[in-house]
Amino acid sequence: MNSCERFVQADKEINWTALREDFPLLSRQMHGKPLVYLDNAATTQKPNAVIERINHYYRQENANVHRGIYELSERATQAYEDTRDKVKRFLNARQREEIIFVRGTTEAINLVAQSFARPRLKPGDEILISAMEHHSNIVPWQIVCKQTGALLKVIPINDSGEIIQDQYRALLNENTRLVAITHISNALGTINPVKEMIALAHTNDIPVLLDGAQAVPHLPVDVQVLDCDFYAFSSHKIYGPTGLGVLYGKRSYLEDMEPYQGGGDMISHVSFENTEYNVLPYKFEAGTPHIEGVVGFGAALDYVSAIGLDHILAHEQQLLDYAAEALQPIEGLRIIGTANNKASIISFVMNTAHPHDISTIMDYEGVAIRAGHHCAMPVMERFKVPATARASMAFYNNEADINRLVEGIMQVKKIFG
Amino acid sequence: MNGELEELRELYQEMIIDHGRHPRNFKKLVDHSFCQEGYNPICGDRITLYIKVEDNVIRDACFEGAGCAISMASSSLMTEQIKNKTTTEVRQLFEAFHHLVTEPGPIDKLPDCLGKLTVLGGVREFPSRIKCATLAWHTLNVGLENDFHAQSQIVSTE
Repeated sequence: MNSCERFVQADKEINWTALREDFPLLSRQMHGKPLVYLDNAATTQKPNAVIERINHYYRQENANVHRGIYELSERATQAYEDTRDKVKRFLNARQREEIIFVRGTTEAINLVAQSFARPRLKPGDEILISAMEHHSNIVPWQIVCKQTGALLKVIPINDSGEIIQDQYRALLNENTRLVAITHISNALGTINPVKEMIALAHTNDIPVLLDGAQAVPHLPVDVQVLDCDFYAFSSHKIYGPTGLGVLYGKRSYLEDMEPYQGGGDMISHVSFENTEYNVLPYKFEAGTPHIEGVVGFGAALDYVSAIGLDHILAHEQQLLDYAAEALQPIEGLRIIGTANNKASIISFVMNTAHPHDISTIMDYEGVAIRAGHHCAMPVMERFKVPATARASMAFYNNEADINRLVEGIMQVKKIFG
Repeated sequence: MNGELEELRELYQEMIIDHGRHPRNFKKLVDHSFCQEGYNPICGDRITLYIKVEDNVIRDACFEGAGCAISMASSSLMTEQIKNKTTTEVRQLFEAFHHLVTEPGPIDKLPDCLGKLTVLGGVREFPSRIKCATLAWHTLNVGLENDFHAQSQIVSTE
């Protein structure tokens, strides 16, 4: 049921213009001008396939999952569990039991911090993160460090916005219990060499968690090839519904972990004296889950899989090159984050206008970009800027969108000089 | 569409661009009665306000900080406008200014006391930017309250 298959021909000549039309919101106007949506790192727009799937679920399939002994509930359960299989294939996980549905990347990381790290940490142990992390891959570790007396260590980044690998090597030591790094930086666009970093951690028997929130929409992810121990991402950044995310974990680790939350669905037997927990993955899915979201997310994965993430990556890299070439020559504009290996995210500052003013003027040009610290205040501090403006592209963006971005910047220059 | 551009010009008036780029009273005031930090965690605008009060009159007002044109211009204009006003007058000015930037739609009659501050009236059409305009004023308000309590505490210990 992939509505986009018709646009993806056998030779994989993809009609990107036709795909854009699958996203109804992109055809609306903003301040009297056609909307240009360039805040995809914050959230993506949804294709008809996802919107219609959720609609169909509520009209035809709504019932609670894993409970009812009647056909409607079985259908809802089937639709819910089908998505788990899709995620397993999408990440190339070994087993479906390794796929846990959570509320988002943030909850996935908190789950690992509390259920995996906390019982294993002693005072003086170390958790290693990088200087380009989103707050959601900083604060959960600070909390668990406070609870256990462990220490949070930070790998510095260079002026291009790349992790300094020599420093990483130097910081890995016999006290390191976990490495938690982002696959792609939301503020800088940097694609980190995670496979090599994981291999290095593993030579010291240190498990690695990857924050994949920005990576899954932009490049193919294979958890077996990466050999990561945990991988976290959110549905809404890959064209699915909000309020839903995935934690992948290696089964051996997940089996050993205590539940994160208690409640219905995560138990096999409850008495007031003792409770037996359910098997994986249900041990970590307490309470009625986000069924509608999971079902819609399945449609989103079908949609991107039909296009192919390798094609999406190639297309977005062309867009990134086009945008970088268009922005670089603009006088008084500086791009923050110039790593060699980058996803389609461009953060920038202008010497005459603050990012908030840029964003307000852009909005009136119909161009939606993000301005602020992008939940990565330490990154802003590293580059000594209070905030940046950020244009983040998805496969449905095109060169005309970038031209409108440039026109918006010219409008900013007209007002601010 | 022209109406929309008008709104944008209304927001970014010449005086706002000027004060945003060259804020007045932008320095640390060593001889201050109180200094108060203000921070908007959502957008990262940050100011430190230095106020000298004598006999309930604002004798001097300076600030330092970083932020967007609206927050810098608003801080700059505020420090100009509050000088030599009594703390009571300043509180009334705060009320009038708050009304100016938060009341949606056109305002028929502006209180005379606002003076130059009226250039910030365009902000009311931009809900996400109102906090930029009011940061300096909220900072001042907290500073005055704390100062008042500190003074009364000193009085009560005697």
